Amino acid sequence: MLAFNFFGATEGGLFDINATLPLMAIQVVALTYILNSLFFKPVGNIVEKREKFVSNNIIEAKNKLSEVKKLEADLLTQLQSARSEAQRIVSEAEDESDKLYKEALELANNEANASKEKARLEIESQTSAARDQLSKQADDLSELIVNRLILEK
Amino acid sequence: MFFNSLLTNFAALEVGQHLYWQIGNIRLHGQVFLTSWILLGALLVFISLGTKKMENDPKGLQNLLEFLWDYIRDLARTQIGEKVYRDWMPFIGTLFLFVFVSNWGGALIPWRLIKLPSGELGAPTADINTTIALALLVSLSYFYAGLSNKGWRYFEYYVHPTPIMLPFKILEDFTKPLSLSFRLFGNILADELVVGVLVFLVPLILPIPVMFLGLFTSAIQALIFATLAAYYIGEAVEEHH
Repeated sequence: MLAFNFFGATEGGLFDINATLPLMAIQVVALTYILNSLFFKPVGNIVEKREKFVSNNIIEAKNKLSEVKKLEADLLTQLQSARSEAQRIVSEAEDESDKLYKEALELANNEANASKEKARLEIESQTSAARDQLSKQADDLSELIVNRLILEK
Repeated sequence: MFFNSLLTNFAALEVGQHLYWQIGNIRLHGQVFLTSWILLGALLVFISLGTKKMENDPKGLQNLLEFLWDYIRDLARTQIGEKVYRDWMPFIGTLFLFVFVSNWGGALIPWRLIKLPSGELGAPTADINTTIALALLVSLSYFYAGLSNKGWRYFEYYVHPTPIMLPFKILEDFTKPLSLSFRLFGNILADELVVGVLVFLVPLILPIPVMFLGLFTSAIQALIFATLAAYYIGEAVEEHH
């Protein structure tokens, strides 16, 4: 037994080193194994599982965010193209309707002119017919007058 | 002889008195084992209660244990390094918990009320056997860590950065356990003695600030012991280039 009898006692003293030392060492080693299986492993598992879960969720959220941003940009370009397409269609339709209007106007003008011409021609023919008839009646009348005058004589 | 009688009579302090247990040929300091079993039993009960029903959303004791685990992991990781800290975390954590529980248990529980035939109950870390046991375990650990991680290249550490360091590094292997054990032993024993003497001289109020100081010292000593142990292991596994 290794003992420094620091305080002069025949037995004991502050620096009395004995079998307490190796037994305490064995006890601490045993405690290490017990605490490892009772504390460090289970708590470590759950903490690390949670840390992994959180970091996975963060990564996932970041991925989703970037996806959302991409989709947003996509939608924006789609919206712009749709808008320009709509504008194009509207202006095209306007042009078309303009053209149709002009065509219809021309057609109507032509028709109106034609019917005016036709009416004029008819008026002319009727006028001439009426004039002919009138001159014929005048002839008849003059003949009648002449006959009468001749008869009275 | 004079010194001993002076100390035992003065302040009614029993310094260097032990409760001897005789098992066959070997003798043990019974009071050290008694207090350590009570304190470690309490620690194990506390930990079993906290880890009994573990959930992903920690509640109550589990929170505290997770905080403790995180604290020990940070300590081990900063000192030992990312690569091997996992292997040594249980050992470092056990050292921290053992020293902390022993120190605080010794300071907080009124052991003096329990009368023993010889010696008195107190912090297990106030016995030189305990602290030397812990320090030798640390020495074995860092040798084992160095040899298992780097093989014979571990001994490059002794001639790093120059061979002039060799005698100093060899000396260090002896001073490390010596300083570890005596620092802890001295601090805790001194704290117990100071409190004991003050309680004997002025039993009211005056010892209280010293007791708080003792609690502070106790916690710091646990942290220092664990940090140094981790640092020595980290030093042994560190790769030199």
